[in-house]
Amino acid sequence: MSSDGASVHAALVGVTRVYPARAGQPPVHALGPLDLELQRGEFFSVVGPSGCGKSTLVDVLGGLAPPSQGEALFEGKVLGSTVPDGVGVVFQEDASFPWLTVWENVAFGLRRRGTDAAEIRRRVDYALGFMGLQGFAKAYPAQLSGGMRQRVCIARTLVMQPRLILLDEPFGALDQQTRLLMGDELLRLWRETGATVVLITHALDEANLLSDRIGVLSARPGCFIAIVETGWSRDRDSTLAEDPRFGAVTARLWAYLRPESLRALGQQAPAVPDTLRSAAE
Amino acid sequence: MSAAGWIRLLVVALMVGGLEIACRAGALPATAIIAPSEMVRAMIEVLASGEIATDIQLTFTAVAIAAALAISGGFVLGFLIHLSPRVRAALDPLLAAYYAIPHVAFYPLLIVVFGLGIGPLIVLATAFGIVAMIIATLTGLDRVPRVLTRTARVHRLSPLQEMTLVRLPAAMPHLLSGLKLALSYAFIGVIAGEFILSTAGVGHAIAYAYDNFDNRRMYGLIVFVIGFMVVVNMLVLVWERRMAQRRGAR
Amino acid sequence: MSLAARWRDSALVVAAILALWQAINLVGGDNLMTSPLATVQHAADMVGQARFWPHLRETVTAYLAALAIAVFGGIGFGVLLGAHRLTGEVAEPIFVALYSIPKVTLYPVILLAFGLGIQAKIAFGALHGIIPIVIFSLNAVRQVNRTWLRTARTMSLTPMQTVRHVIIPATVPEIFSGLRVGAALTLLGTMLGELFASQRGLGFLLMTAIDLHDVKTIMAIALLITLFSVAMNAAMLALDRRLHARF
Repeated sequence: MSSDGASVHAALVGVTRVYPARAGQPPVHALGPLDLELQRGEFFSVVGPSGCGKSTLVDVLGGLAPPSQGEALFEGKVLGSTVPDGVGVVFQEDASFPWLTVWENVAFGLRRRGTDAAEIRRRVDYALGFMGLQGFAKAYPAQLSGGMRQRVCIARTLVMQPRLILLDEPFGALDQQTRLLMGDELLRLWRETGATVVLITHALDEANLLSDRIGVLSARPGCFIAIVETGWSRDRDSTLAEDPRFGAVTARLWAYLRPESLRALGQQAPAVPDTLRSAAE
Repeated sequence: MSAAGWIRLLVVALMVGGLEIACRAGALPATAIIAPSEMVRAMIEVLASGEIATDIQLTFTAVAIAAALAISGGFVLGFLIHLSPRVRAALDPLLAAYYAIPHVAFYPLLIVVFGLGIGPLIVLATAFGIVAMIIATLTGLDRVPRVLTRTARVHRLSPLQEMTLVRLPAAMPHLLSGLKLALSYAFIGVIAGEFILSTAGVGHAIAYAYDNFDNRRMYGLIVFVIGFMVVVNMLVLVWERRMAQRRGAR
Repeated sequence: MSLAARWRDSALVVAAILALWQAINLVGGDNLMTSPLATVQHAADMVGQARFWPHLRETVTAYLAALAIAVFGGIGFGVLLGAHRLTGEVAEPIFVALYSIPKVTLYPVILLAFGLGIQAKIAFGALHGIIPIVIFSLNAVRQVNRTWLRTARTMSLTPMQTVRHVIIPATVPEIFSGLRVGAALTLLGTMLGELFASQRGLGFLLMTAIDLHDVKTIMAIALLITLFSVAMNAAMLALDRRLHARF
């Protein structure tokens, strides 16, 4: 591998994703063509109007779904439809297993991998401490708040020591204050592990605050219309919002995104008369 | 216990107590119904005498075999049907109509086929219970949240691991209620069959006592059967509650 | 999958059942099971005979009477019990417990109370059908979205208007599901009543046919009852899905 190739951690090369036609419906061109090079250890966010294929992008990068055309690469290897070792994914929905305790949830992946018991205990206890869950090891997810459950899911990903972490709107269901605090924890996690992080979000502030670079996707089919570099230092946190340059970056993102969001709303417009008709019945 | 729980207990106690008083006061004819305390006493006498032991053994053997067949068979069939969406779509109308079929109408036929004995009872009771388990298994597997199966893929689980470690535990509450229904239906099937036509078993003993105007014995046996089923159901309910509490309502 | 493919697959399932039925007949002979065609022919013959009609009328009368009691009693009790939070909470587990006990065992009690005539069958059918209808109605009323009720109050609807325009439309789909289950169980109860101690009706014909070892008649009656029940269920299920689809 060449020296500058080593700094590219994951990449998309001419990737498109088309959902095949279903009964009475034409095929849906969800994404692409996309080209992207993720540097090792960078924090990259993706923003875009609703329905632009942001989640599909996670599927392709994580090996959950193969691209229809082009190639997705992770550490130089072409991805198919299996998730490679070294990739962790945190979903928007609560993915904690309700039948396992918090401790067992976090230990789940390590146990499958056959890591020895002492090492599992060490790593799980560390991850629980890191995510502020020490007191809840024996609790079941149902006894926790939504934010705490999401921490369990992040801890479960963290213990696997992934080199690439994909976060698909992980804070989507949380309130604004909790989001800000979770964002700080995410930054701390990113600094300590040195992992490459890809965050999908619809919150422009969040993307701005957390990222080194932000990819702005167009309305469906999602293509990058801009990649914005923020230029923040590595040890940033949520107090960054006070920085005068912060508002400027958010404004730039919105300037790119506004026409696309309008376009996305327009795409949904034909559905409106139908709903009105059925509501009138 | 919750306030509603205590009130419920009180309501049931009042109903039983009211019946007791009405019977003792002679407000209800003794030829039709006897006091609850008498029913319980009769039950204890019948059980203690040992006359009913072989009938109980027969009934419970039939129920145990039928319930085991219905639960394991229903689970395996439900599982297999779930694997093929096409088979599933074709069978759906059939499953939806299944409990509209009056199964007892086929019991006579089963006797013709299998002869009078435990055979037709087991077939009837299994047929009655198995579809409840199939439906519960399908519902349970259908409702596994997609995010959990995606999590399984992120952990690179094999299909077998995904099934045993993620899908089945996630479907467990539905499987448990299927188990409860299948057991209940198997019991109803056996008792109904014995009742209509058989030469032995608790259902037959009740019918026999009725035919011989032996109300005391009849009520004793009825209380035994119903009491047994209520106890079994409560045990499963406790298990379900514990699971629901742990998992929360989601 | 297209609708045509779904129909084709379902038709294949029915064909498979008929084929299995025919195969059993071929292997076991007419003493085990009559063939599908012979069964249908015999059923048609029976329906054509005058002496069949009083029995059919008896069963249908008993069933309809039981169903009427189960439906009106079930909805009435269910709605009343569900309307009040605490009574609903107290009553629901009692009815769920009643649902799971083998009610067959109670038939002698019904016979002692109502005698051997049609009343006992009606009572037994109604007993089977009323419980699920109570449970579904009770839960339907209990689970009416609180926000809708508050919306009704913000619009200053009278209690009658609230019932007419909010509670009824909100509960109808769930109550109807209860009716579907209740209708099937009422039929089961009525049939059980006729099979055990009865002098008329389809169940009585079934029991007579057993005594005579008349497989053809057993099959024909079982087929008639099944077809009736499945057809009724299919119609109710279609309506049920339409009601639920609105939510």
